[in-house]
Parts: sequence; C-alpha cells; structure tokens
Amino acid sequence: MSHDDRPLRILVAKPGLDGHDRGAKIIARAFRDAGFEVIYTGLHQTPEMIAEAAAQEDVDAIGLSILSGAHMTLFPAVIEELRKRDLADVTVFGGGIVPAEDMPELEKLGVRGIFTPGASTDTIVQWVREHVAARAA
Amino acid sequence: MTTPKAEWMKQRYPKAADRRERFATLSDADVEPLYAAEDLDDWRYADKLGHPGEFPYTRGVHASMYRGKLWTMRQFAGFGTAEDTNERFKFLLAQGQTGLSTAFDMPTLMGYDADHPRALGEVGREGVAVSSLADMEALFADVPLDRVTTSMTVNCTASVLLAMYFAVAERRGISFDQLGGTIQNDMLKEFIAQKEWISPPEPSVRVVVDMIEFCAREAPRWHPVSISGYHIREAGSTAAQELAFTLADGIGYVEAAVARGLDVDSFAPRLSFFFNVHNDFFEEIAKLRAARRIWATTMRERFGARQPKSMMLRTHCQTAGCSLTAQQPVNNVVRVAIQALAGVLGGTQSLHTNSMDETLALPSEESVLVALRTQQIIAEETGVANFVDPLGGSYAVEAITDRIEAEALDYIRRIDDMGGIVRAIELGFPQKEIAEASYRFQQQLDRGQQVMVGVNKYQLEDEPPIEVLRIGADVERKQADRVRARKAARDAAAVRQALAEVRRAAAEETNLMPPILAAVKVECTVGEISDIFRETFGVYRDPAWI
Repeated sequence: MSHDDRPLRILVAKPGLDGHDRGAKIIARAFRDAGFEVIYTGLHQTPEMIAEAAAQEDVDAIGLSILSGAHMTLFPAVIEELRKRDLADVTVFGGGIVPAEDMPELEKLGVRGIFTPGASTDTIVQWVREHVAARAA
Repeated sequence: MTTPKAEWMKQRYPKAADRRERFATLSDADVEPLYAAEDLDDWRYADKLGHPGEFPYTRGVHASMYRGKLWTMRQFAGFGTAEDTNERFKFLLAQGQTGLSTAFDMPTLMGYDADHPRALGEVGREGVAVSSLADMEALFADVPLDRVTTSMTVNCTASVLLAMYFAVAERRGISFDQLGGTIQNDMLKEFIAQKEWISPPEPSVRVVVDMIEFCAREAPRWHPVSISGYHIREAGSTAAQELAFTLADGIGYVEAAVARGLDVDSFAPRLSFFFNVHNDFFEEIAKLRAARRIWATTMRERFGARQPKSMMLRTHCQTAGCSLTAQQPVNNVVRVAIQALAGVLGGTQSLHTNSMDETLALPSEESVLVALRTQQIIAEETGVANFVDPLGGSYAVEAITDRIEAEALDYIRRIDDMGGIVRAIELGFPQKEIAEASYRFQQQLDRGQQVMVGVNKYQLEDEPPIEVLRIGADVERKQADRVRARKAARDAAAVRQALAEVRRAAAEETNLMPPILAAVKVECTVGEISDIFRETFGVYRDPAWI
C-alpha cells in the first residue's frame, strides 16, 4: 500500500499551561469520525513534548489548540522544535483565540491554517483533507 | 371547566403547525407545549418551595432578597502586572462595582514563578502575575481590605495566594477575622473541567480541607471554597450535569471535612457556590432554584446540619463565556444582559457579567464598563429587583426545576454508587459525560439544530475588527526580573527554614496553612511552595480522554 492510501495521522496538541481543552477534544473526535488516525497529547504540553510526540507517532500534521494568548510564543516554538528533529514537512495548523492582526505573522512563521471560535468541525476536516498530505514513509 | 392537558393537546394544540419537529432546551431536554397544574402533581408548596428565606430555600436564601441588598456586582479582572490590575480594580470600584474579583495568570495558577521556563509567553496574559508577597502588596495597594470583599480565582495554588492576601492584611494591621471574601479553591472541578492542577485528587482535597479548617478557626468571614459549576458548563456540560457534578463536589468536601473531625455546622455556612448562567433563560433560572433545594435537603438529611446557614446555598454567577461569539461581538452585550437577568431571577448573591470582546482578548476598559452597566441597568431600571422570586409558582419554571433536580439527583446517586466523587473522577466519569455532551452540542450546531447568531445563521460577510486589549511584551520580562531581584534580596536562611516547615507539614499531614503563611511572609514564592507539593504529593497528568 502506498503512503497515499493510508489514513492521515494527526496529532492534536495542547501546549501551554491553561486547561481550555473543550475545542481540542471536539476536534480530536471530529477527526476520528472523519477517518483520520488521531493522537491527543492531553493538556500542559511543552513545545519539546509536542515535537517529540510528533516524531514518535510519525504524524502528518499537528493541530495546536491555544486559548491562552501565548500563540505568538508557542506556535514558533513548536515549529522550531520540529525543525530540530527534521520534521519541517509536518503540517502545522491551529485554533483558538487568535486576533486577526496576528495571523499574517503566524503564516510567515509556517503555520498553515488558523481557525477561530465559530469555525465548524466540517470546515476544519475539509481543510485538513485539502491541505495535509500523507508524508512519505 | 378546563379540559385536562392531554385532552387539550389532542383537541386544541395544532401540532402540525409547529415551526419544528422538536423543541428542546440548550441542554437538549424536551420542552413541552404547555405546562399546567397537572405537571405539578403531588406538588406541595411547603415541601418544594417554602417562602423565601425558609427551607428548602428554593425561592431564595434571604426573605427580602434584593429589596434588602442588591447582589454584589463583582467583575473578574486581572492582566499584566500587579500595578496594571490594581489600576483596573480602582477603576471598577470608582464605577460603582461593589466587590473585587481577581484573575491570576496561568503560571500563578499552575504554580510557576514568572522566571520559570514553563511560564514563557504566559506571564500576565490570562490574568495578573503574582509570584511573591511584593506582587500581592502592589495588587491591593490602596484597596481597603477591611471594607471591600475580594474573590480570588485560584485553585491548586490557592493556599499560597490566600496566605499572601492574609499576610498583606496583617501588615496593614487588619486582623484575619475582619477579612471578607472568597477563594475558589475547588480542586475537584479542576480534575473535572478547568484542569489546572499540580497533584492528584486525594492530596489536593486534603489541602482544601486544611484551608476550610484554618478559615473556620481564624477567618470566620472568609469563604474558603467556592464550589464551582461554571467551568463544568464551559467545558460543554448540560445544565443538569453542571448542577449534579457541582453538588457532588460539594458533598465530597463536606465528607472530607467531617472525616477530619470538623462539626458540619462549624464550616458549612462558609461554603459558597459559583454557577454559570447560559442562554436558555428558564432552564438557567430553574437550575439555580433546584441547586438551593438539593443542597438544603442534602445538608440537613445527609449530613445532619442543624444551622439554617449550613443549608443555604449562596452563589456567585457568571454569564456564559462559551456563549459569546467572535463574530459581530457587539451582539454579546445582548446575550450577557439576558443571561444576567436569568442570574438575578434565579436569585444569585453575586454576579459577573462578561464583556463583549472576551472571545478575542481580555476585556478592554470600555467593554468592561458596558458589562458592569448592564448589571446596574437590571438593578436600577427594570424593576425586577423589587420582587422576591417573581417566577415562583410558574408552572413551567417549577416543572423544569423538578426535572433538573431529578436529573441531578440521579447523577449524584450514580456517583455515590461508584464510591464518591474522587473515585468517579479517577474513573473519568464526569469528564466523559461532559465530553459527550459537548460533542453532541457541536454536532447540533454544525447541523444548524442549535443556532448561534452571527456564527451559523445571520452571518456578515465583512466585519470591521474591534479594538482589543493588548498585553505588552515587556510585562513578562519586567515580571521575571522582579521575581529574580526579590529572590536575590531576601533572607536566604529564613527562606530555607520556612520551606522546610512547609515540607514537614505536607509530609506529616498537619495543617499546611500556618507554615505557608510563615513562608510567604519571608517571601517564599508561589513556585517554590508549589515545588514542595510536586515533590511531596506527586504530579497529576492529564489522562487525555477523548
């Protein structure tokens, strides 16, 4: 079976110290229902822990949920940790409370998609199907 | 002669003309077309309601309710440095707010000082940064602690922050028994919903009981725990789940305190509650009424409380943050007003109204002012505060009150059967029930069965951005520098000695509050004392159920 036929593997990760995991859990479940293989890190993860989980689980994409206002610190930190592990081809996207004016900067840093409150799970699933490819083994 | 309800339904009610097939509450409970006397079968006023200020307090804990004293208007505030938040406090008091409520930042809430690597990017973002006594002094500078009541939202580090507040008061010559206020300190709901923890449930509850015991003795006007449903609801629970898990947590604390040997009437009057008020107007009012009835009955029958004050459920309410939308944010003003009205008609003792911009950032001064004014308009213009429980006796409200009560009691029974709330939490029972309800709601929203105006209906193509509060990037550096400077300047030997005393009390299971109080006075920090919890009690990890 070529890598194109296997289900996408997505890491849903919750960096930072806050406990707002409602969105992360809903999206993890919606991904699972959409047929993706989902790994949920649980709360309070450091960027190192998330990159390490991405490496071990061999994922195609990471969805970061951030509602603490620390997105300008945490997104770049996760991307940096991925780069250190040669995982720059893992698609990074995210959701949470992110003001519109921060988005261009995050995009420049390599965050491929940002979903803010009100985005439907269907929209996010569809986005993943269109923007995430199974990485070569 | 009136037709019986079933007959009326059959003959008069035009079911085929209904706008939709099923009418349900926000919590997905069926709503009948009509509520009538028949819905209150076997229903006796004296058992179910009683007059206001009388058992089982369904109609309110005070006889005169808001005719005597309006609810406390208490806006939750905290951001940036202690000085930033102190300024906001003074602004709110100047605008007629009647109590303070403190939001701490994530590092403070999770037990890390501002200079810790895990605090990176989070200092002063979701609340105010407080690492040591100097910060607490600055936070409450010029605030008359003997005259204003203060609420502090903090849980796994509550013992440290409360000790700091007491220490600040002591320095100003105010004795502990003059201090009025509330510390959230509800660890059980942390594991269920809010998820800010250090150690596992059992040692966490032990610290809560230490604080209940300490306050009962030293600070009798202080509420040492605010048993909170707010976060349970925000995590996606139904109204009945919010009620059930909150009361189950309350039962857990009472059991633990009684097991410690405390007389129930010595601490129960100072237990307070904190509920969410969401969009479903009547269901929310019913939830608050059911809460009072269940708690009164539980305290009297199950725990043998004799003091009426032990049976009275007094509560703070906050409008539902999760109901607000980033889209067309001005609409949030309307949501908040309606939710606040439900809180008032539900008989709350204290209220926070959310600001319209809170899905985007912490509230700006302009938006928090609108939120406060919303309460003042309800209090001073609408006339609702002239009535005591004006909805009491409404067939619909009483029927929903009974329904929510029954659902909550059923959950409480299941939790009892599992061996109590700590065991239920270890099994993941409330967590999974909430995740289930939350996912169900999201699916209904995605299918358009639940409506959020501006989100899945009545959207606008182009929305102008609104001004939001930004936290300066220098806050983190300033705060980290301050912590480092304080650590360098203090008496190192006294710090070592004080921390050793905290460690000893943690291990020997003597009350932690006296040594923590001594430790904060010599400027031991939130992070240092939390490290002792981590070492002694172990660290709890998220089971990450989905």
